Amino acid sequence: MRCIARRSLLKLSGAGAVAAGAGGLAGILAAGRAPVFAQGTTLHWLKFVDFVPVSDQLIKGKLKEDCRKALGIGLEVETINGDGVQARITSAIQAKSGPDILMAVSNWAQLYADSLADVSDIADARGNAEGGYFDTAKAVANDGKRWLAMPFTILGVLLVNRTSWFAEEGVKADNFPKTWEDFRAVGKKMKAKGRPFGQTLAHAFGDGPAGWYPYLWSWGGKEVEADGKTVALNSKETVESVKFAVAMWKDAFDEGAMSWDDAGNNRAFLANTISSTSNGASIYLLARSKADTYSTETGKPLKDDCFHAPLPGGPAGQFSYHVPFSNLIPTYVADPKPAKEFLRWFHSKDVYDQWFTSQQGFSVGSTKVWEDDPVWKVDPVMAPFRTAAESGRFAGYAGPAGRAAAETISKFIIVDMYAKAVQGAAPEDAVKWAHAELVKIYAG
Amino acid sequence: MTTIEAVAPRQYVRGPRRGPITRLLEDERKLALCLMLPTIVLLGLFIAYPFVKGIELSVTNTSVGVPGKFVGIENFKKIWTDDIFHIAVWNTCLYTFVTTVFKLVLGLWLALLLNRHFKGKAFMRAFILLPFIIPTVLSTFAWKWMFDPTFSVLNWMLFHLGIIHSRINWLGDPGLAMISVIIVNVWRGVPFYAISLLAGLQTISPELHEAAAIDGARAWARFRHVTWPLLLPVTLVIVLFSVIQTFADFQLVYVLTGGGPANATQLFATYAYQLGIGTGLLSQGAAISLAIFPILLLVVIVQLVYIRRAETL
Repeated sequence: MRCIARRSLLKLSGAGAVAAGAGGLAGILAAGRAPVFAQGTTLHWLKFVDFVPVSDQLIKGKLKEDCRKALGIGLEVETINGDGVQARITSAIQAKSGPDILMAVSNWAQLYADSLADVSDIADARGNAEGGYFDTAKAVANDGKRWLAMPFTILGVLLVNRTSWFAEEGVKADNFPKTWEDFRAVGKKMKAKGRPFGQTLAHAFGDGPAGWYPYLWSWGGKEVEADGKTVALNSKETVESVKFAVAMWKDAFDEGAMSWDDAGNNRAFLANTISSTSNGASIYLLARSKADTYSTETGKPLKDDCFHAPLPGGPAGQFSYHVPFSNLIPTYVADPKPAKEFLRWFHSKDVYDQWFTSQQGFSVGSTKVWEDDPVWKVDPVMAPFRTAAESGRFAGYAGPAGRAAAETISKFIIVDMYAKAVQGAAPEDAVKWAHAELVKIYAG
Repeated sequence: MTTIEAVAPRQYVRGPRRGPITRLLEDERKLALCLMLPTIVLLGLFIAYPFVKGIELSVTNTSVGVPGKFVGIENFKKIWTDDIFHIAVWNTCLYTFVTTVFKLVLGLWLALLLNRHFKGKAFMRAFILLPFIIPTVLSTFAWKWMFDPTFSVLNWMLFHLGIIHSRINWLGDPGLAMISVIIVNVWRGVPFYAISLLAGLQTISPELHEAAAIDGARAWARFRHVTWPLLLPVTLVIVLFSVIQTFADFQLVYVLTGGGPANATQLFATYAYQLGIGTGLLSQGAAISLAIFPILLLVVIVQLVYIRRAETL
C-alpha cells in the first residue's frame, strides 16, 4: 500500500481549497484535481438502454472519463431494458438501498415523491439558464412545490408516414391532414389499397397512451378537472371522440393493431404493411441506419420514403403526448451532493450537447434551448421533431400528473375505453365504464 | 454324554469415545430435527416470510417508499368493487380450468404412448420435455411471433392450406386472445403431465394387465379398471401442483398480451403486478395476490381429501 506523506497530503488539500475558493471548472482544472469529492467517490447510475446505442457508448466511455476528470467522481453506468426498470426502482426504494441515480420514465417521480431528494436547486438553475422547461417535463418531475427529479430529456412522438403512398392520394408533408376527418378520409382510401394506418389498442405501455390521450384531448375530453379531484371523463366531447374513433378504426386502421405491443407498429411499418403510425423517431432512425435491410416494395431504401408529421387535431385543438425521462436521487442515498453535482455537470451545456448530438433528434430535450441546436439541420426528415414538444401534455390533464394519473395509465383505462368501443361496446357504455374506474382511482 | 463347553464371555471392547454432537444425534427425534432444519429455514425464508409480509402489506395502505398504516380490510373492500379485478377472477378460473383439463387429457394420452416400447423411446422422452425446459419467457416470445398479426406463421400456413381467407387476429380479439394464451399454457404444461404420469404408469405391474387380458378385458376396459384406478393418486397430486402453478401464472400472459386487449386476458398475477409495481400500490397488489389464497386453499383441501380417499380405497 502506497503511503501518503503528511506534506503531500497538506499540499493536496491546499490545492483543493484553492480550487474550491476560486470556484468553477477553471479552478478545478488549474488544480488538476477534483476538489469537492474524495478521490474514489463512485456514483451508480441505473438507466434505460438507449435506443440510440452510440449515446450509451458515449456515456460509458468519454463522458465517464470526463466526469472523473472534472468532478473526481467515478461513474458506474448500469443499463437495463425498459420493461425491467420500474421493478428495479421499486425494489431499490422499498429496500432503501441501490443505485445513487435512477432514471425514470413518464411520471414515475410522482409515484415515489416521498422517497426522493429535493433537486430544486439544480433543476431551477438549469431551467432558468435554458429558457424554461417544456410543460411535459415539468408536469412529471415537479409536484408544484419542488422538483422531485431532474428532467433528462423528452422523446418526441410524431406520425411517421410513407411518402410515396401518401403522394398517390395527393398528400405531402406540407398538406398533411390537420383534422381527424381529413385523416380518416385519406386513411379510408389507403386502407382500401391495403395500406392502413396503425395505432395500437392493446396494453402497450408507450404507444397506447401516446396515441389515445392526445386524441381524447383534441376532442375536448379530459380525465379530471383542474382541481385534480373531479372526474370529468364522461362528457359529450369524450363520447363523440369514442364514436369517431370506432368509425375511423374501421375505415382506416389495421385491425391487427388491437394486439400490438410497443414494437408492433415498428415491425409493421418496417415490413411495409402500414402507411402511417404514431411513434418516436426510432422507426425512421432504424430504417436510416440499416438502409440495406429495410426497403420499400419497389426496392428503394425505406428511409427515402418517410416523412414525419404531427397528429391531426380535433374540435379542441391539436395535442401530442411525448415521453419524458428524468433522473431521481432517492433519499436512501446518504450524501446526495455527488449525485446532484453529477447531474448539474451532465446537464451543463457543453456536456449535454455531446449527448444530445449523439441522439440525432431521437430526443428533443427537456428545455426550449435545444430547439435551436444544429442537430435539426442535419436531416430534413427529422426536422419536425424540433418543435414537437411544444404541443405536449401529460396524462392527468387538466389535473396534475400525479399518482392517480399514473394509476390510470398503468390500468390502461383510456386506451381500454376506446378498445372496448371498437370491440363492440356502445360508446356511451365504454365512457361510463372508464369514468367509473377513474372515480375509484381519484377517490384514492 | 453331552458336554457343555463353557464359552468365555466376550471381552467388552470399548468403542472410540463419542463426541457430544454424535451423542446428540443418536437421539432420533433430535436427528430428525437437524435433518429438517435446512428445509425449515428455506421454507421460512422463501415461503413463510413473504406470505406473512404479504398479509401484513394487504392490511395497510403501504405504497412504494411510504410505510403504511393499518387499514383493516379496506384494500379487500376496494378490490371487491373493482371491475377489472372481477374480470381477472373470472379469467383466472377459466384459464386454470380449461388448461388443466387439456393438459391432463393430452398429458395422459402422451404418457400412454410413451409407455409403449418403440425405437428411439429414450430420445423421444427427452425431446418431449423441451417445452417445459425452455424458459417460459423465451418460448412465449416465439409464440408471440407466431400469433403476430403481421407475421403470424400460423396464419400463413392456414392461408396457404386454403383454410382461411383473411388473417386471424389471434391476440387482438378478446376471445381468441384467451384461447391463444390457453394454447401456449397447454403446450408448455403437457410435458410435465406426460412425464409425471409416465412415471406413475411405470409403477403399475404389467402382470395386472396380463391377468386382465387373460380374463378377456379389452384395451379400454384394462385402462378403465386397471390403469386409471392405480394412476389416480399420482394424477391428483400432479393436478394439484398444476392448478397452483397455473392459478398464479404471470410470465406467459405478461409477455403475450400484457393482460389485454381491454383486460380480456388479465389474470390475478398480472393485475397484482400492474397495481403493485406499475402504480406503486403495494398494499392493493398484495391484497389481489392474497385473494387467490382462499380459492386455492379450497381447491387444495378438496383435492387432498380426495387423494386420501383414493389411497385408502
